[in-house]
Amino acid sequence: MAVITINDKDVELADNERLNLIQAAQRAGYEVPHYCWHPALTVVASCRMCLVEVGEKKPDGTLAMQPRVVPACQTPARPGMVVRTNSEKAKAAQAATLEYLLLNHPLDCPVCDQAGECYLQDYSYKFGRGYSRFKEDKIIRPDKDYIGDNIALFTDRCVMCSRCVRFTREISGTAELQIIHRGAHAEIDIFPGQPCNNKLAGNVVDLCPVGALCSKDFLYKQRVWFLKNTPSVCPRCSTGCSIVVDHHKDIVYRLRPRANPQAQGWFMCDDGRFGYKYINAADRLISPMVRHDKHTFHVGWEEVLPTLRRQVRQVVGEAPQSAWLVLSPWLTCEEAFLAVRWFRSLSPQTRLALGPVPVIGEDDRYPKDVHGNPPPPEKTRFTIRAEKCPNRLGVEAILRHFESQVQTFDAVLAAANKGQIQALYLTGGYPEPWLSDEQAKVLEQVGFVVVQDILPSAATTLAKYVLPGATFAEKDGTFVNHAGLAQAIHRAVVPPGEARNDARIFMELAERRGLPHAPTLRRELAAEVPFFALLKEGQIDPLGVFLNGKQN
Amino acid sequence: MTYEPVLLRNRGVPDVQRLEVYRQRGGYRALEKALRMSPAEVVQVVKDSGLRGRGGAGFPCGVKWTFLPKDHPGPIYLCVNADESEPGTFNNRILMEEDPHQVLEGIIISAYATRASTAYIYLRYEYGRCFRTMQRAVDEAYAAGLLGRNILGRSDFHLDVYLHRGAGAYICGEETGLIESLEGKRAWPRIKPPFPAVEGAFRKPTIVNNVETLACVTHILDRGADWFKSIGVPPDPNNPRDLGSYGPKLYCISGHVNNPCCVELPLGVTARQLIEEHGGGVWKGRKAKAVVPGGISMGFLSESELDTPLDFNGPTKVGCLGLGTAAVIVIDDQTSMVDVLYNSCRFFSHESCGQCTPCREGTEWMTKILARIRRGQGELSDLDQLLEIADGIGITPGTTICGLADGAAWPVKNALRKFRAEFEDYIRSGKRSAETGPVPVGHL
Repeated sequence: MAVITINDKDVELADNERLNLIQAAQRAGYEVPHYCWHPALTVVASCRMCLVEVGEKKPDGTLAMQPRVVPACQTPARPGMVVRTNSEKAKAAQAATLEYLLLNHPLDCPVCDQAGECYLQDYSYKFGRGYSRFKEDKIIRPDKDYIGDNIALFTDRCVMCSRCVRFTREISGTAELQIIHRGAHAEIDIFPGQPCNNKLAGNVVDLCPVGALCSKDFLYKQRVWFLKNTPSVCPRCSTGCSIVVDHHKDIVYRLRPRANPQAQGWFMCDDGRFGYKYINAADRLISPMVRHDKHTFHVGWEEVLPTLRRQVRQVVGEAPQSAWLVLSPWLTCEEAFLAVRWFRSLSPQTRLALGPVPVIGEDDRYPKDVHGNPPPPEKTRFTIRAEKCPNRLGVEAILRHFESQVQTFDAVLAAANKGQIQALYLTGGYPEPWLSDEQAKVLEQVGFVVVQDILPSAATTLAKYVLPGATFAEKDGTFVNHAGLAQAIHRAVVPPGEARNDARIFMELAERRGLPHAPTLRRELAAEVPFFALLKEGQIDPLGVFLNGKQN
Repeated sequence: MTYEPVLLRNRGVPDVQRLEVYRQRGGYRALEKALRMSPAEVVQVVKDSGLRGRGGAGFPCGVKWTFLPKDHPGPIYLCVNADESEPGTFNNRILMEEDPHQVLEGIIISAYATRASTAYIYLRYEYGRCFRTMQRAVDEAYAAGLLGRNILGRSDFHLDVYLHRGAGAYICGEETGLIESLEGKRAWPRIKPPFPAVEGAFRKPTIVNNVETLACVTHILDRGADWFKSIGVPPDPNNPRDLGSYGPKLYCISGHVNNPCCVELPLGVTARQLIEEHGGGVWKGRKAKAVVPGGISMGFLSESELDTPLDFNGPTKVGCLGLGTAAVIVIDDQTSMVDVLYNSCRFFSHESCGQCTPCREGTEWMTKILARIRRGQGELSDLDQLLEIADGIGITPGTTICGLADGAAWPVKNALRKFRAEFEDYIRSGKRSAETGPVPVGHL
């Protein structure tokens, strides 16, 4: 076990552990300010913000400090090293760099989107000086709104950390961004006519430590200090990126990736990042509906639930084999579990099936090479998966527990075609239309259809009952990603109107009292379905749990 | 004592740029001699000679070669730094224009010693004539079997030489900036380690040497390490870090002298000797106020320091950064140091690559302060501000990746410490630099 001393605090390094001094200092509880260094990108040591003093203890006990300050990001932590992150010399060097960075900075925090989460602001408070000694004219450079469809560049605010440039070269491999001009006139720019529109482009906004690169989607929508941040999981593909949902007053304003080496790493794709808008959509289903002949009526939950319960029970009582429950891969594991338990409590002979699993194209792997081809698997740094739903694995595991074979949606359609279905309970939650017109036509033959969904679709038009459910941002639960990683999602906003989270609907249908409490439901699930045994504690680590027990 | 030039011995010889003339004058004798030795022996000879890099930093050439990984499967690259951009420096140009085969011979010998299979001559774009003479020499050498495969019949020695013209940036003379530029990238110097000898051009071991260094290699092989050591200055016994300054050196003399020229002299000649004996004295009968010892980035010698020997150790003793490229620029007593310093700062802020914050912003800030002083709006506190910036940027305090910021800072430090009174007078008098008026915004 090797030991390194940081500001008189000893930090232990595991064998073969490779840390730089920023990480080692972090472990000791000291923050070393930095801009250009990012754990997912190569080290360039160019911002010069992380300057620290290093030295070593001589055998006779004296300290020998190097005369020069060194960048902590570039300096590996070596056993026996003595590091000073807050000595006079280190502090002076950090303050000087910060002063340099602000020389040509417009100081337009009041109108800057980054204000509140800006490292120039934060570090100025912690490491900078309170005033500027710069008396000359600032360099003014034009803002660029053409960087990408979703990205704008406020050139003056840039600190030239080159994180964005390195991201497009190292992670996305698309290399749209570059630096033009030289010295103090250097600017980030695109190659003419080739905007930064790759599927990972939105990450450069997160990577930008200052307000230079801004998301056009979020720009001027909300001050960040109003935003509440709820950890969650992106539902748009089976990668299951760990994310943070930023919301205020029950409106979701943006999604940001949350670092999770077990799930996706550091980033998320633009499909997921900007794919939250259906949460705030104007046509969300906001109250239960009943259809009589060709007319639909909005009704209250108190009215619809008893009737629905009675009618489903009636069909099941007559012909349990003709009652089908279709579980969408957008349901959480808890919801799927509650639904199956309710449906099976009516009769063990009821039929279960998996809803449509949207698969679009092939897995999209990054970094791309110069021809736009995906990298070999071992060099893949980010994958957007073709399976565009968050929880197929989890729902399938539950189905498999209750039925030896997972019935696909095609089996449901085939049964409907043969007239073998008398009652059909469909769960949705898909952000996009999920039932084709042909499929809807087939299902029209079923006399009694219940649809629990979030958006109007072909399914809701043929349903006898429509129950408004909740999106991922409106409920607690568990998603299992493509690799069997179970991650918790958390309620960020309340569902619109009278829409309820799906677990609550199933609990009410099953006449179970109380409100859904994810940890309790998880414990029940773990006790009953062995696949989820590792969730028996009820709580899930923020980085998730591999259900097959493997660690990272 | 008169000194018989070695590096410039062929200067003025008609048609010496042609291979047969060069050969008649003893050319490629050193190469033949080197090829009879093993590469390790050649490295040893160069190491024994004490040859230090002529590009500015003065790093021992033979030692640099030994940093190459042993038994590397290759390829190993040799980069010839001909991006001669230091203001006042023109010795590489003269070497390449006057005697291209001498340089080429040094390149071939060095490639043999370092086992490099490809050599790139990184030529600054402005040196069109050098490009043509060097290219002609390379073509002749290929035709004569001195380049290409099986050089001089040696079945195990192959070398290709390419000329690469830069696009005009001072930073491309920094060895890792040069490598980046050679790879087709932006010339942003790399962080070290890894040093180029371990991982350089195209991620392969690479040696970067200056043109004059390689020209010296030719003669070290021809005449032996002892001959080389007999010229120049031995190490200063009081300075354990001084490695001695051996061999001949090309001194470029320019500025306010009657006879700007490039002369070859043993290392250790003083600035005063250079000006009086070779530069024809300060022009118009004036006196020297300040002398740049080796390219503007090395700082200034004041009048009283002109007897400093210009070897690798001398200028540092009087507060300069080093010998640099030994390009002596003479500034007469009618010239304002404020103007000189402004010009220097403007150059470095223009040439700063923009990678490291202290250099990018610091050089710019210094330029703007000096511009304001020249507009007559300076304050005495500005001088302290300038010194604070200059003391804080560069490799010396550890705040930048490469030495450009040191080069930008040293003239400021030297000028403000050695000529402070002049700056203070300038500010107090509210003087404006006559011919310039308001400084054009484009220059800031």
